[in-house]
Amino acid sequence: MSEQILLEMNHIRKEFPGVLALKDVSLQLRAGEVHALLGENGAGKSTLIKILGGIYSKDSGDIFIDGKEVSINSVLDAQKLGISVIHQELVLVPHMSVAENIYLGREPMKGTRFVDFRKMEEDAQKLLDSFELDIRSETKVSDLTIAQQQIVEIIKALSFNAKILVMDEPTSSLSDKDVDFLFDNIRKLKKAQVGIIYISHRMSELKQIADKITVIRDGEYIGTRDTEAATTDELIAMMVGRKLTNYYTRTFGNPTKKVLEVKNLTAGKLLKDVSFHLNSGEILGFAGLVGAGRSEVMRCIFGIDPFENGQILLDGEDVKISNPEEAMKKGIALVPESRKREALFLAQSVKYNITIKALGEFIRGIHVNNARENEITKKYVDVMAIKTPSYQQTVGNLSGGNQQKVVIGRWLATKPKILILDEPTRGVDVGAKAEIYSIMNDLVKDGVAIIMISSELPEVINMSDRVVVMSNGRITGCLPREGLTQEKIMYHATQFSTPDR
Amino acid sequence: MNNKTTNAAPKGRTLQLAHNPIVTFGKENLGILIGLLILCLLLSFLSPVFLSKNNILNVLRQVATNLYIACAMTMVIILGGIDLSVGSTIALSGVITGGFIAFEGLPLWVAVICGLLAGVVVGAFNGFLISKTTIPPFIVTLSTMNIARGASYVYTGGQPIRVMSDSFNFIGAGYVGDIPMPIIYLVIIVIISVLIMSKSKLGRHIYAVGGNPVAARFSGIKNSRVLFFAYLFSGIMSAIAGIVLASRMFSGQPTAGQGAEMDAIAAVVLGGTSMSGGVGKIGGTVIGALIIGVLSNGLNLLGINSFWQYIVKGVVILIAVYVDFLKKGKGK
Repeated sequence: MSEQILLEMNHIRKEFPGVLALKDVSLQLRAGEVHALLGENGAGKSTLIKILGGIYSKDSGDIFIDGKEVSINSVLDAQKLGISVIHQELVLVPHMSVAENIYLGREPMKGTRFVDFRKMEEDAQKLLDSFELDIRSETKVSDLTIAQQQIVEIIKALSFNAKILVMDEPTSSLSDKDVDFLFDNIRKLKKAQVGIIYISHRMSELKQIADKITVIRDGEYIGTRDTEAATTDELIAMMVGRKLTNYYTRTFGNPTKKVLEVKNLTAGKLLKDVSFHLNSGEILGFAGLVGAGRSEVMRCIFGIDPFENGQILLDGEDVKISNPEEAMKKGIALVPESRKREALFLAQSVKYNITIKALGEFIRGIHVNNARENEITKKYVDVMAIKTPSYQQTVGNLSGGNQQKVVIGRWLATKPKILILDEPTRGVDVGAKAEIYSIMNDLVKDGVAIIMISSELPEVINMSDRVVVMSNGRITGCLPREGLTQEKIMYHATQFSTPDR
Repeated sequence: MNNKTTNAAPKGRTLQLAHNPIVTFGKENLGILIGLLILCLLLSFLSPVFLSKNNILNVLRQVATNLYIACAMTMVIILGGIDLSVGSTIALSGVITGGFIAFEGLPLWVAVICGLLAGVVVGAFNGFLISKTTIPPFIVTLSTMNIARGASYVYTGGQPIRVMSDSFNFIGAGYVGDIPMPIIYLVIIVIISVLIMSKSKLGRHIYAVGGNPVAARFSGIKNSRVLFFAYLFSGIMSAIAGIVLASRMFSGQPTAGQGAEMDAIAAVVLGGTSMSGGVGKIGGTVIGALIIGVLSNGLNLLGINSFWQYIVKGVVILIAVYVDFLKKGKGK
């Protein structure tokens, strides 16, 4: 890290009709520095990044790059100034090759009419090789892993001669192994004197990769800390504006009553001989790398995907579940991995989203019992502590944490005996995370059995009674809570792992 | 940035207000309601007959058949689909009803039921293919559009089938008191559609499947049933429109209903339903269809050449959708 200040954003203010998104936020980024931007969902991180990237214009405040004041009015301006933003959702074209994606819109030409594909692929290959990536430039992007796609995005950004790189939650869909791969590459960028603004909700990551951390809350600058000097508790307190005394809430009982037993579940190449059981009143963690088959097991149990062999026993009874509705009737609920893609009706209200599974309780034919509908909504908005201005609020306008609570609330409204949570806290800010943990704890106290798939090891370790670890479609370990460590889990998670494509 | 409400439960009063269907209706459709009002005001100054009872009933009768179809089309479009076959189904059900009376000498009620069945068959076929395969609705209904149109020509040999029957004519041209029959069907169909969309489980499932099919499946909704229903409903509504039109013209015509799908889609889009699915209301579609109807009527009253009417219609649709785009754009 050098002492040269690359980017300075001073007293940035931005108001939207009715909302003051940024009151007064400042940020200093040095060349070769990874600067984390930390804040709860809705704190104003995205707005700040969008101003830097030229998507929004600021109302007041100054931006300096290399000591010169600049004005950024469009994405093109930002690019010319060497600013590149890598958004949370990848924006590569899946059916095009890596080379085509990197040079999209500025392809090298043969003469004036024809694209020089050979030169394009060679140039792209040079870039890929400089990152020591085992990727051919003519490979289709859709054949790459998510982590590899992310690196391609970064390479694409750098090929614009970017010196300021913004990464918005780059690890939210990566497994731990892929995260290491990404971090290795980020360290290379640091050496090349690129300044990186890094947004993430995962505290443990920041310790590994960030040099400095700036916290913003409710559109206001709270403070900047050196990562080495900062403690997690201090940062969380800065983010939420209060002290979270108990981040992980868990009272452990002694669950022994089996509610679910899965025997020898086998499905194609994805799952091989998966057996485990679940007790009422426990949280069973499911750990493993992305693609290990954890979600697939749950999809079989929930009747979304078929399986060839194996048995599912509920309370000791062999059951056949061929669609989600049957699963629901048997008291199983599944909160899927991707809330936006698989769970939410974003254009609809909070009320609609919470009650969509409980319609039978208040609609008879064409008679809608509005009072009952509101009662149900109120109950789960309260239980989940969903922060929403009204029940009519469009779900798409809520923060990630509150959206996740809406999804969980919807499933609680079906009064499940078995609750399957697939990555329940992904993309959720710390305050909401702590609340979700405490709700999970309340549920198991009431005898609900919870399966929690999670790629965040601290979460798995602190919340689970037992942890099942999967690798390459198989169960490689069922570990008790006592003596659980990240290393132990990773050891089992990598037992059968195939090398990266 | 979106909220700082620590107290999760909203106040009771806001809920009460939000529940009043008339207030909600007005709020949601403010733009096009104002548009319709201005249009009516303007025309009432420009043409003395515009506000006469006869003319108003005339407009409503013109609008009626388009609205039968547009109500179903609203559901189809909310589901993220499209039904291009409605115009051809109008012709098919019209010629079958007419033919069964004139050629086969069947009793009126049998012929009408057969005409309706034609709509059921087309709708069910669309619904089956769309719900059970991944062929896009555009392609499926484009095919059935051609098949149904062709079938109408084949059956009639390309000639209109005349039906000189007063009782048949009553279906589409009769009155109960002062009210023309098509308007009576219209009221019934709109009420049924509104009840389905706002009060029934089916309606909520339509919004769910249209808004996020994956999430709907994960929630245990049977997507294929919902899709099948919408296309079936669309087929039946087209058949009703077809029979009413045939009855009014004393003949089943194989050329009937050409472009009807576009009028229906225009009404739906004017009414604020999103072509990408998940959002929309029958109420908006009703106003949308009224705007199109009043506009045509007004241009006729003012003696404007019907060729120009197409251009005006196109421009009005663009303006309305553009205004809507601006309104939504502001929020971002």
